[in-house]
Amino acid sequence: MKRIALLGMPNTGKSTLFNRLTGATSRVGNWPGITVELLSGKILLGNEMVEIIDLPGIYDMHGFSEDEQVVRHFLHDNVPDLALIVLNATQIERQLSLLLQLKQFNLNMIVLLNMADEARKLGITIDTEKMSAALGMPIFLLSAKYGNGYPETLLATTKALRYSTPGMPETVRSQLEQDEYIEREMALILKQTVQIPARLPDNLTSRLDQLMLHPWLGLPIFFGIMYLLFQAIFLFGQPLQGGVNELFGWLREIAIAPALGSLPDLLQGLLLDGVYNGIATVASFLPLIVFFFLFMAIVEDTGYLSRAAFLMDALMAKMGLDGRSFVMLLMGFGCNVPALMGTRVMRSRPLRLLSMLVIPFSLCSARLQVFVFISAALFSPKAAPLVLFSLYLFSFASAILTALLFKRYYPNSEPFVLELPPYRFPTLRQMLMRGWHEVYQFVHRASKFIVAGVVLVWLLTNLPPSAAPAGADTWAGILGAWLHPLFAPIGITPDLTIALIFGFVAKEIVIGSLAVIYGMSGQALSGALALQLDWVQAYSFMLFTLIYTPCLTTIATMRKESNSIGFMWFSIAWSLALAWLSSLLFYQSARALGY
Amino acid sequence: MTLSSMKPGESATIISIQTDEALHQRLLAMGFRVGKHIELIRKARFSGPLQVRIGTTDILLRRVEAEKITVQT
Repeated sequence: MKRIALLGMPNTGKSTLFNRLTGATSRVGNWPGITVELLSGKILLGNEMVEIIDLPGIYDMHGFSEDEQVVRHFLHDNVPDLALIVLNATQIERQLSLLLQLKQFNLNMIVLLNMADEARKLGITIDTEKMSAALGMPIFLLSAKYGNGYPETLLATTKALRYSTPGMPETVRSQLEQDEYIEREMALILKQTVQIPARLPDNLTSRLDQLMLHPWLGLPIFFGIMYLLFQAIFLFGQPLQGGVNELFGWLREIAIAPALGSLPDLLQGLLLDGVYNGIATVASFLPLIVFFFLFMAIVEDTGYLSRAAFLMDALMAKMGLDGRSFVMLLMGFGCNVPALMGTRVMRSRPLRLLSMLVIPFSLCSARLQVFVFISAALFSPKAAPLVLFSLYLFSFASAILTALLFKRYYPNSEPFVLELPPYRFPTLRQMLMRGWHEVYQFVHRASKFIVAGVVLVWLLTNLPPSAAPAGADTWAGILGAWLHPLFAPIGITPDLTIALIFGFVAKEIVIGSLAVIYGMSGQALSGALALQLDWVQAYSFMLFTLIYTPCLTTIATMRKESNSIGFMWFSIAWSLALAWLSSLLFYQSARALGY
Repeated sequence: MTLSSMKPGESATIISIQTDEALHQRLLAMGFRVGKHIELIRKARFSGPLQVRIGTTDILLRRVEAEKITVQT
């Protein structure tokens, strides 16, 4: 099958073009020579199937960033039959340098000047015929977002595929001479073919930025937008999440449970409470991920994410992070999983890893449920809101402490030099595509791991068969007793230790597991907890629940996003250690003070 | 003077760029070249990053990095 590679700088609309070309057929996959997965899609072009690969956006063929290396290695090991070079027509004067570098590879290529609609609005005119002649390659004006020029592009692509790439010279790195040569050629071509108005019109972007990046109003507006986003995701996402849960519960009642009724109890439990619940867990995250990325697409594609980076950078730089990490950290207060996936906008791996290490400390909505229940059971109605507020403070403190402690092990490998794109509104199609791609990747990457984890915890809390479920005689109970010397100093009883083991799967089920352990639920469970625990123990338990690993889905996402099992284990170990130390410090000082 | 000491609204010409190679490459790709015209749009609060304009591109960079670029008004 013939291969077409999409190449270009970041913010050129390359991915929009990719989505337009491949629709919803794209898949992630591995390629020889590189370690990261790339999106690719197969389409019918002319009368043959071809594969289109979306390469990461790069600034420079000789650059040092991870993405630039990926592109070099990819091209080296998988010479494409055709390269579509996507350039931003409004920035042609700067992007031409990448094109001239690529030209020296002697690839079979077509140049697409994207965002032609914007260039026209800015009064930039480009003589594509002249430019095409000067460069000796086909050049087309295109608007990938609205589809103008798209049919012509497809036709030219089909035609160009008939002549494959002749092969690449391997020594392309005699940089200095090249750069000088490129600069001279760039100036010449620009002079002949492009006209840019001397002063850009005082456009909407500048006027909006005067408000959005205002010295005093900028930050309040930023927090306002974040708050609205956060509310919107949960206004739409949470009812849907509840709906999915109900749907799965209903299916279980009417179809799955009766169908498995004839099986032995243990096998039935394994299939229903293990495998089926695992699948239901995966499904319950889907609405949240879709909504998160619908809104993320707005924040990112409108260009506001770069503005957030501008506003928050001064503070975040001190923690070794940048403004974009902060946006993800805030989003983590809704759900850690999509926030971890969202770190993909950061192209420096150490920066991404540090952000991923910090995000799980965000007090997500699942943990909030646990805290609301326990603080209502053990604290007066007056004290309960203060308890909740203090947990939010601990959440921020854990994140900041972690960033400060580990920032020197994750030195940012990429200079903080970001483009500030003009404000644009994404089309509905772009937003839906984004939501669909993220859900697909989440299911593709994390579902097996999550189901396996749910099954494992079910086995721990139900075996051996003679023991009462979640009781002291199960493996989980034995593990709890064995861990007792470790948990006694922080005031956590063996019963609560079993609940923490359940909590590895998801915080949503912690209260449910307590109900199973104590054999009662609702008001009765609140009463039982109040009898069994004093407030110091309960707070210590909540502190531990806040800080240790949020859930299996977070772990699964972390493993796939970081592409490193070692990093996943490190994150688990650090969060457990920090949780234990914080609870110890709290519990022992409270006891020492006589509480 | 350096880019970081410019005031919002001022424009200047880039005289030299003295950075390590990785940053230099990135700056080149963003359009920073000796002799180019550059305009400082705004500075973020609390010693945050700068927003500059070169040609049709707006770019954010931190003050430490802007200190390595000398300009002439």
